[in-house]
Amino acid sequence: MIVIEKRKKYNTKQNLIIIIISIFLSLFISSLIFSLRGINPFFALYKIIFSSFGSLYGIKETITKAIPLMLCGIGLSIAFKGKFWNIGAEGQLLIGAVLATWVGLFIGKNLPSIILIPLMFLAGFVGGGLVALIPALLKVRFNTNEVISTLMLNYIIEQYVQYLVYGPWKGKTQYGFPYTDNLPPNALLPIIKGSRIHYPTLIIAIILSILIFFLLFRTKLGYEIRVIGENPLSAKYAGIDYVKVILIMMFLSGGIAALAGVGEIAGIHKHLTYPSQISSGYGFTAIIVAWLAQLNPLLVIVTSLFFGGILVGGDVIQTSFGFPFATINIFNGLMLVFISIGYFLIEYKVSFKGAEK
Amino acid sequence: MKNQYIDTLEMRGIYKEFPGVVANNYIDLQIKKGEIVSLLGENGAGKTTLMNILYGLYRMDKGEIYINNEKVNIRSPRDAINKGIGMVHQHFMLIDNHSVLENISLYLKETPILFPEKKVEEKLLDFFEKYGFYVNHKAKIYELSLGEQQRVEIIKILLGGASLIILDEPTSVLTPKEVEDLFNLLRNLVKEGKSVIFITHKLKEVFEISTRVVVLRQGKKVFEDDIKNTNENELARHMVEREIKASIQKKEIKNGEIILSVKDLFVKNDKGRTVVKGVNFEVKEYEIFGIAGVSGNGQKELIEALTGLRKWEKGEVQFFGKKYDRFNSKLFRKLNISHIPEERTKFGVVANLPIYDNSVLRTYDNCNFCRGLILRYNNIKDFSKKIIKEYNVMAPSINTRIKFLSGGNIQKFILGREISTKKDFIIAAHPTYGLDISATRDIRDLLIKMRDEGSGILLVSEDLDEILEISDRFAIMYDGEFIEITRPGELSIEEIGLMLGGLKSKNREERLS
Repeated sequence: MIVIEKRKKYNTKQNLIIIIISIFLSLFISSLIFSLRGINPFFALYKIIFSSFGSLYGIKETITKAIPLMLCGIGLSIAFKGKFWNIGAEGQLLIGAVLATWVGLFIGKNLPSIILIPLMFLAGFVGGGLVALIPALLKVRFNTNEVISTLMLNYIIEQYVQYLVYGPWKGKTQYGFPYTDNLPPNALLPIIKGSRIHYPTLIIAIILSILIFFLLFRTKLGYEIRVIGENPLSAKYAGIDYVKVILIMMFLSGGIAALAGVGEIAGIHKHLTYPSQISSGYGFTAIIVAWLAQLNPLLVIVTSLFFGGILVGGDVIQTSFGFPFATINIFNGLMLVFISIGYFLIEYKVSFKGAEK
Repeated sequence: MKNQYIDTLEMRGIYKEFPGVVANNYIDLQIKKGEIVSLLGENGAGKTTLMNILYGLYRMDKGEIYINNEKVNIRSPRDAINKGIGMVHQHFMLIDNHSVLENISLYLKETPILFPEKKVEEKLLDFFEKYGFYVNHKAKIYELSLGEQQRVEIIKILLGGASLIILDEPTSVLTPKEVEDLFNLLRNLVKEGKSVIFITHKLKEVFEISTRVVVLRQGKKVFEDDIKNTNENELARHMVEREIKASIQKKEIKNGEIILSVKDLFVKNDKGRTVVKGVNFEVKEYEIFGIAGVSGNGQKELIEALTGLRKWEKGEVQFFGKKYDRFNSKLFRKLNISHIPEERTKFGVVANLPIYDNSVLRTYDNCNFCRGLILRYNNIKDFSKKIIKEYNVMAPSINTRIKFLSGGNIQKFILGREISTKKDFIIAAHPTYGLDISATRDIRDLLIKMRDEGSGILLVSEDLDEILEISDRFAIMYDGEFIEITRPGELSIEEIGLMLGGLKSKNREERLS
């Protein structure tokens, strides 16, 4: 018989070991996929790791991809701390991209950079926050399941972006491609020379991770979020305003995820285009980023770099082995499964006993 | 397979222990066909445990069960059903989103796999005709009142072929008319040769319906007789009999100001039934006011209303002389009132957060603990260290997550947290429930100390000893009303027992008139 019981004590060392084993096991299972294709899994893993962390170029690309993951991961950590399952970071990111384009291309195109760029970030933040309020309102008003509402909202927003780039916002200078016109130079983010790293966004992400850490663990609002997340009944007993806290929390969560979209537009793409071009599933990968960081915004910096590397590696196995990019999604999925199991094992002790009479 | 028909059933020497408490202490119980046996006792007397053993939900530690003089082994409810035993629990086991017909089909063994409702519907209509006991069988469960849902449960187990029916406090959710219908049905059933075990704490019903009564107290069978040989006073005495401990030496009551005044308060429960029906009382400084009663008589809703967790329908509440028409937990938090909630781990603490976070659950926005939006964790940590030290909370450190503490230590922590910041008035619901003797002692002493220092205390407890030991005045609550407000020692234990069972002793009424 299998006996599952709550652990009486935790220790950090044991937690770390469990997490490392989870990562290792997901690597192991993924390597089986490579073996099935007749590729030496060690070689494949070596390729992934080497291509993302083994060269200067790789490291630069890894950081580039880590930026949106970091912002989405921080945003999600806030919502997840309050046990609000925001699966909508992808859509919130896209809204950030839309608003950055709107401000950069139409509203403020003649403003100087020093005003325009902050304005783009602000617009993206507010837009993402407002979009995230929709599932939050549905939840507090009608008790709608937020997993479904946030997830479905992603698709609505994707379609909306498609509509914009094929329709009203289609650029005149883009030879018929479904792109908006390029942003004017004063709306573009500076980058580190010889790379694609738009460092202002990176700096914003790092500052936010510190601020949000502080918010969650040192402020009244963070306290209220954690109490609601851990035990809504005692939140009620404590007289915490559930509706207010959930709304503020989701506004922040969506707003920060949307900053990632601003960065992608103003730092990488320079115009709005297909949703799948703007984000290669950053909003979804960020779910794993946040969990692997144990919802600690400071650790999100580390885990987003790790997953940034995995994404870069995914590009490489695509080009060198002819694997579809989706392979990397399998890897990410496995990682999430094993980390979830790992967290379960941190909370509970599983032991095998003979049948009891 | 046809269900066994139960002519006689016998439980012998049933013993069941839960960690720290003997729930059933060698209990014998017999029932034969045609009988309605009432199982009477206070909360925690072991009634429901005994029946859960019979129904296969718990395994007994020791004891034997015989059906028709044959030893049987009941390992699961399925076993019990096959042997002809059916049970209607206090909380119904129905699927809300499915219709009555579907729920009944699910329960019956002979339900065909395809088109189950058809066959079951025929049986059901026959049943309605035969017993004159109806329910709308097309309705979904959630559309039915609790009384109707109970009908579904009863019909379900009867169609399933039960010949012994166990009902756990069945009348607590019923209107008087529904009670009458239920009793008529039960009388019809026993005429046919079925038998009924009826768990209750209501004395009136015992005499109305049962043929024999068994009284349990603290896990033991203390009395058994045919109903015609006994009377209410005797049963009441057996139900609550105890040595009344000398009340703890307390300082004399000083006359203080009125802190809480409740006038004609009505409160509804989650299902929309009025469960607090016009209570009136006052609590003063230097006073412990107790509310005794078997749980489920409205105490929970009354406390929830007074602490802002539930709206009240009608009535007036004054705290510290200020009248409140509406109330919520945020308003309540601003008052200088401690609240020790029922179900301490469900409400009182956040299990996964460390002790220091838990120490400011209801005070985190006091200026001592936060400046603007920022929490002052240095002060919070000092405060939690102080609680642990002053109230003898056994904890490795203030960084320990609170779920690793024992129940007694959690309760001492909650009490310490509450009374060290808010001491004018204390609302304590079942503060010693489930605690060991020494923790219980500590907590009672602490409450008395607070009273001596001038706090007013409202104490709700199922534990009659607790009420008699520490309260200065107490009310007996039954069916949403205060039957009596009295002082410890004024009433005999028998009179209290009668009131807990919903009756007023005749002598007393005469004395009063």
